[in-house]
Amino acid sequence: MLRYTVRRLLFAIPTLLVVSFIIFALLDLAPNDPTGDLPLTIPPEVREQIRLSLGLGEPFHIRYFRWLEQFLVNEPLNMIEQIWGVEIGNSAERLRVTSWSTRSPVVDLIISRLPQTLWVVGLSYVVAVCIAVPIGVISAYKQYSVFDQIGTFVSMIGFSVPTFFTGTLMIVIFSAQLGWLPSIYDTTHVVTDFDSFVTQLKQIIMPVMVLALFSAAQLSRFMRSSMLDNLNLDYVRTARAKGMTESVVLLVHVLRNSLIPVVTVIALGLPQVFAGAIITEQIFRVNGIGQLLIIAIQGADIPLVQTLTFIFAFLIVSFNLIADLLYGILDPRIRYD
Amino acid sequence: MDQVVSAGGSILDVQDLKTVFGTRDGNIHAVNGLSFHLRKGELLGIVGESGSGKSVTMMSLLRLLPSPPAEIVAGQVMFEGQDLLKLSTKELREVRGGQIGFIFQDPMTSLNPVFTVGFQLMEPLRKHLGLSKAEARQRAVELLELVGLPSPEDRLKDFPHQFSGGMRQRVMIAIALACDPKVLIADEPTTALDVTIQAQILDLVKKLRHELGMAMVWITHDLGVVAGIADRVIVMYGGLIVEQAPVSELYERPQHPYTRALLETLPSLDEEREDRLKSIAGQPPSLGAEPTACPFAPRCRHAFDRCWNENPPLRRVDDPGDEALIHEVACWWDAAEGEARVGG
Repeated sequence: MLRYTVRRLLFAIPTLLVVSFIIFALLDLAPNDPTGDLPLTIPPEVREQIRLSLGLGEPFHIRYFRWLEQFLVNEPLNMIEQIWGVEIGNSAERLRVTSWSTRSPVVDLIISRLPQTLWVVGLSYVVAVCIAVPIGVISAYKQYSVFDQIGTFVSMIGFSVPTFFTGTLMIVIFSAQLGWLPSIYDTTHVVTDFDSFVTQLKQIIMPVMVLALFSAAQLSRFMRSSMLDNLNLDYVRTARAKGMTESVVLLVHVLRNSLIPVVTVIALGLPQVFAGAIITEQIFRVNGIGQLLIIAIQGADIPLVQTLTFIFAFLIVSFNLIADLLYGILDPRIRYD
Repeated sequence: MDQVVSAGGSILDVQDLKTVFGTRDGNIHAVNGLSFHLRKGELLGIVGESGSGKSVTMMSLLRLLPSPPAEIVAGQVMFEGQDLLKLSTKELREVRGGQIGFIFQDPMTSLNPVFTVGFQLMEPLRKHLGLSKAEARQRAVELLELVGLPSPEDRLKDFPHQFSGGMRQRVMIAIALACDPKVLIADEPTTALDVTIQAQILDLVKKLRHELGMAMVWITHDLGVVAGIADRVIVMYGGLIVEQAPVSELYERPQHPYTRALLETLPSLDEEREDRLKSIAGQPPSLGAEPTACPFAPRCRHAFDRCWNENPPLRRVDDPGDEALIHEVACWWDAAEGEARVGG
C-alpha cells in the first residue's frame, strides 16, 4: 500500500505539471487584457508600459517558468518561513505570485478566502452525505415503495435543476417573501455567544442546503443502486440464515459492501463541489475562493486565475488518489502491492 | 397417510406446503402442497432437476425467500412443537442459525467478501449462544478444526477470497454448525465444487453426522451423491413429491417413471460406453397454476389418459406393516405390473 501510494504520488507530479502548462497556455491564448478595465482616457503607450511592468513583455515560456518557480519554489519557502519564523536565503528579494489587480500575493488572498469556502462547501458535503446515505439505503430496501418513488422524483429534480436556480428560488422564498433568512452571507460575522451562533446558522443554512441538495440527489442515487446490487447477493441470504436481525443484515453486511463504490464517488465528487460553490458563492455573496475566481476572471487577473485553477486541478488529482486508497482499505480483495 | 409418516420421532414435519411466486406474467406455483417429515438423526436426500422446487421448499421452511415475490400461501412446518410459518420474525431468527443450520450452494458468493471469516463465524455464536468475544473466538477455532481447516487460529482473520472453494464450503459448514443445530439443511453444497473436493466434503459430512448426530436434509441433483450418504430419498418434480423411499429401496425398485428415467441417465462404469449420455427429453414445467394433471405426463413414456386428467396422489407401494421402510410413489402407472393401476 505504501509503495503504491508513493508511486501514485510520483505519477501525480508530471500530471500536475502538464495541467499547469495547459492552464497557462489557455489563459495566454485567451483574448484578455489586464488593462481592459482601466479608464479609456489612458493612452495606448501607457497601457503598453503597464503590460510590460506586469511582465507581459517576456516570451511565453519565460513567463511560464517564472510562474512555476514562484508558485512551486518561492511560495512554499515563504510559507515555511512564516510558520517556523526562520529565514531561508534572501527572502526579501524572492518574488511571490502577485495578483495584478490587488498587488497582494495570490496565496495570501486565497488563504484569507479559504475558511469561508471550506465552511460552506465542507458543511454542505457533510450534510449531503448524511442525507444521501440513509435515503439511498431506505429507497433500496423498500424498492418501489412510496418513499422510494418520492426519493427518485426529488433526486431527479435536485439533479436536473442547477444551483443558481435553486439558490435564487430559495432567496426569493425565504429572504424576499418570508423574510426569515438573510440573502447575503456576512463573512465578518464572528460567533461569540448563542445569539451570534443563531445568526451564523441563519446565514449559512441556505448556501449549504442548496449545495447539499444538489450533491445529495446524485449520491443517494448511487447509494440506492449500489445497495440494490448487493441486496440480492447470496451472502445476504447467508446472514439471514444465521439469524441476524434485519438491521444487522442491512447496516453491517450490505451497507459495508455497498459503500465501496459510493465512497469513491464521494471522494471524486468533492472537487466538483468546489466548482459548484463558485456559482453558489456568487449568489449568496459568500466571500470565498469561488467568488475570488469570478472576480479574477472578470479582471483578467492571470496569476490569480492560474493559481486558483491549478489548486482545483491539484484537488482533483489528490481526491482521485484518496478515492483509490479508500477503495483498497474498504475492500479487502483489492491489494495494491 | 399423514398419521403414518409423522409417527416415530420426527423432528421436522411439513404439511401441505404451498409457495407461490408473484411475477409480472402471473403466479408461478413452485411448491404445490408438499408434505414430508425428517426423523431425528436421519439424512434425507432430496433430488430433482433444476426448477423442481427443492431449494424453494427448504427456504420456505425458514421463510428465507424474498417476499415479494415469494409467498407461502399454505402449509404447516412443525419443528419442536411450534409452527415455523406462524412464528414472529424474532422467534424465527432464534431458530435460524440457532436450531436449524443452512449451507448454500455456492461457497464463492455465500460468504460476505468484506468481513473476515472469523467475524462471520463468530456472529451467530455471539447472537444465539451469547458468548463473549473471547469465548466465541475459542469456539470458532474449535469449529474450524472440526471441519478440517488447517491452522484455524491464523485463518480466523483471513478474508473469504483468501480461501479456496472447498475451504470456503468448510467455513460455510462451520457457520451452519456453529450453534449445534438440531437440523442442518444443505442446499446443493457440493454442486459448485470439483469432484475431488466434493468427495472430501462428503466424507466430512459423514464424519460430522456421526459425531454430532443431527438430522440433515441434503438437496442435490446428483443421484450418486445421495446414494452415498442418504438414509431416505425424496424425488421431487414440479413442486411435488413423486416418490420417496429408503435409499437402497429406491435404487433397487424405482417406481416412478421420472425416477427410473433419472437413474437411466447415470452413465455406468461396467457397461459398454455409449456414444451419447442419456437425458430425459423435454423441459421441467413452469407451473402457472396448481397442477391438475400429472406434471411429468408430457415427458413420460408411460403416460395415458388418466395422467392428463388427474394428478396422482402419493400411495404406498410396499408392505404396509413395515414402519421403517415406507416407499411411496405418485403415479397412475404401476411399475411392478408394467400397466395402469386399478382403482383410485
